[in-house]
Amino acid sequence: MTNSQKKPRNIRAQIGMVLNLDKCIGCHTCSVTCKNVWTSRKGVEYAWFNNVETKPGIGFPQQWENQDKWKGGWLRKINGKIEPRQGSKHKILRNIFGNPDLPEIDDYYEPFDFDYQHLHTAKESKNPPTARPYSVITGERMEKIESGPNWEEILGTEFSSRSRDTNFNNIQKAMYGEFENTFMMYLPRLCEHCLNPTCVAACPSGSIYKREEDGIVLIDQDKCRGWRMCVSACPYKKIYYNWETGKSEKCTFCYPRIEAGEPTVCSETCVGRIRYLGVLLYDADRIEAAASCENEQDLYQQQLDVFLDPFDEEVIREARAAGIPESWLTAAQESPVYKMAIDWKVAFPLHPEFRTLPMVWYVPPLSPIQSAAENDQIGMDGDIPDVRSLRIPVQYLANLLTAGKEEPVVLGLERMLAMRAYMRSKIVDGVINTDVLERVGLTQLQVEDMYRYMAIANYEDRFVIPTSHREYASSTFDAYGEQGGCGFSFGSGCSSGNSDTNLFGGNSKPQRSGGIPIKIPIKVEPAK
Amino acid sequence: MDYLNTLLFGYYPYIAISVFIVGSIARYDRDQYTWRTGSSQFLRAKELRLGSNLFHIGILLLFVGHFAGLLTPPAIYHGLGLSTSAKQILAVVAGGIFGGICAKGIYILIRRRLTDARIRATSSRMDIFILLLIGVQLALGLLTLPISIYHSDGSNMLLLSEWAQRIVTFRSGAADQISNIGIVFKLHLFLGMTIFLVFPFSRLVHVWSVPLGYVTRPYQIVRRR
Repeated sequence: MTNSQKKPRNIRAQIGMVLNLDKCIGCHTCSVTCKNVWTSRKGVEYAWFNNVETKPGIGFPQQWENQDKWKGGWLRKINGKIEPRQGSKHKILRNIFGNPDLPEIDDYYEPFDFDYQHLHTAKESKNPPTARPYSVITGERMEKIESGPNWEEILGTEFSSRSRDTNFNNIQKAMYGEFENTFMMYLPRLCEHCLNPTCVAACPSGSIYKREEDGIVLIDQDKCRGWRMCVSACPYKKIYYNWETGKSEKCTFCYPRIEAGEPTVCSETCVGRIRYLGVLLYDADRIEAAASCENEQDLYQQQLDVFLDPFDEEVIREARAAGIPESWLTAAQESPVYKMAIDWKVAFPLHPEFRTLPMVWYVPPLSPIQSAAENDQIGMDGDIPDVRSLRIPVQYLANLLTAGKEEPVVLGLERMLAMRAYMRSKIVDGVINTDVLERVGLTQLQVEDMYRYMAIANYEDRFVIPTSHREYASSTFDAYGEQGGCGFSFGSGCSSGNSDTNLFGGNSKPQRSGGIPIKIPIKVEPAK
Repeated sequence: MDYLNTLLFGYYPYIAISVFIVGSIARYDRDQYTWRTGSSQFLRAKELRLGSNLFHIGILLLFVGHFAGLLTPPAIYHGLGLSTSAKQILAVVAGGIFGGICAKGIYILIRRRLTDARIRATSSRMDIFILLLIGVQLALGLLTLPISIYHSDGSNMLLLSEWAQRIVTFRSGAADQISNIGIVFKLHLFLGMTIFLVFPFSRLVHVWSVPLGYVTRPYQIVRRR
């Protein structure tokens, strides 16, 4: 990395995230707090900028990982160039009157509420009154709720349905439907704020952009025209079409909080303390080559090579020259994300084969040893058990995190097991067991750090977020530019764009006012 | 009747165009958040692709046809070897084909918008009004075809294009040109101008935003503060 003959790099910084799935308890606190802050509005009731899925399962929206169906992400052409899987720019424009790859709201779920008011107003009857579901789109009663944001919670629904999970590729999956062999894990998902986002590439209006200073991908609500190509382009299905406003919306990485040096709401409220936020430095000129590499199993390594070592003198000098503030360079050196993803290599990108170079990474979960007693495979006293005997198949995790390549995932899991073994012998037996560390290529210093960050996981270790430096913005010291501003708004400056008297919205239909359900006439049997 | 004729075909065009331009600018400037296609494909994909594609292709070709047909001075197409009656036949044939495509599309879209519970519930009054307005306008346009075939000498067409050319070049006497033209034509003209009038207040503003720039821009967009 210190080679000075290299051509100058285009250094940028991004706040990345790591989720330690080993500690996720599937409580959905992240989803609920996110929902309350961002999507408790009309038109996005069905949208979950953050959701938690039980794996194996087809997820939310249904089968989002199946790109044969949804055509999300990038495709490498024979000439070595990549283009969005849904087609070239010309093809995208040809499909503008009707996007053939657009999911329908039923692929998520029809948003519903319950007619609680009926419980207050029901007349006396033989049977107790019930609050029946109704669609918040039409206001009509729904006979049956067919789907929801977490339909497969704790292995809900039958295995034949859940086993359509594409992560079962190359796995003899039939046996995992049997009770004795079943396994599960949680997967919290949010926008990946990719280095090579397909949503940005597919937006005909150019309304989606990546912020240079922190890498957050946002949709300009004023410029979005509702061509809805981003919805199908995103392979993670993390762009949601607001059917009320006709604009697309997505996870904002809680940028108003990040700018102030605070963690995102999902990270802040995570009770399992599984989320980490930190700065990564990367070379923007390497992105295209990395995303275009031939073998998709190399994408994980390619992305690692895009990141830069924040301790390298050369990198620091170039980063300073590129205008990256000093506080960001310090933060990059203390970044928990850098440690887990690059230094210890225990965190991996979600589905690198989509070629978007995602920036939300995952530590794979450990799981109980299968049939440990029979196989007699567990060594004594801090030895590392064979990760292939873990209940969650390594191939499954590899399909999720490294495009099917098992070696990196195996090493990551072994390092986590080694950390446990090392700490157990240190604390329980009072013995420093360096053998176990040598086997997985870790130093004592590294493993002590791993323990501090992953097991203890203090707040200030998990979140190393430098505040954004507005003084470096082009409108430096332009206080008048901020005067009378609205802070955060949904476009149109200070206008909500959706008021009752709006000349241009043309929207005079009755609005569902906050929390009070529409009256639905439901017949009640008169009391005899 | 003369007053009405002058009002509708002498002054109304300028009112409609003024509102069209000023309204569009005002909306773009003041309330861009409402500037969108208003697609309902996400709520009900069934039939939308067929209906929307037919409608859009049909109406775009009709627009180009009207634009060229009405505003090309006779000297130019005569110079290109196209006689007035040949142009009349061309207009009838092209209008018939494009109108047919568009009609099939808008039929699907209107039925969908009025009968599908989800689409109906999420439609604003303007959404329904503008769709029906275009539907009626299309029907009137198709009704002019048999009349035009009857007047295959193209005399009607000459009067209409003379009217349009006088309007856009601010020459007087435009309304007088078409005072004796059939009621179907007059209604078609009136509704056509009305579409321009309500354009800024409807979802039609997305027409301004045809994303042609997409073809030449780089895939990735990075914004600097």
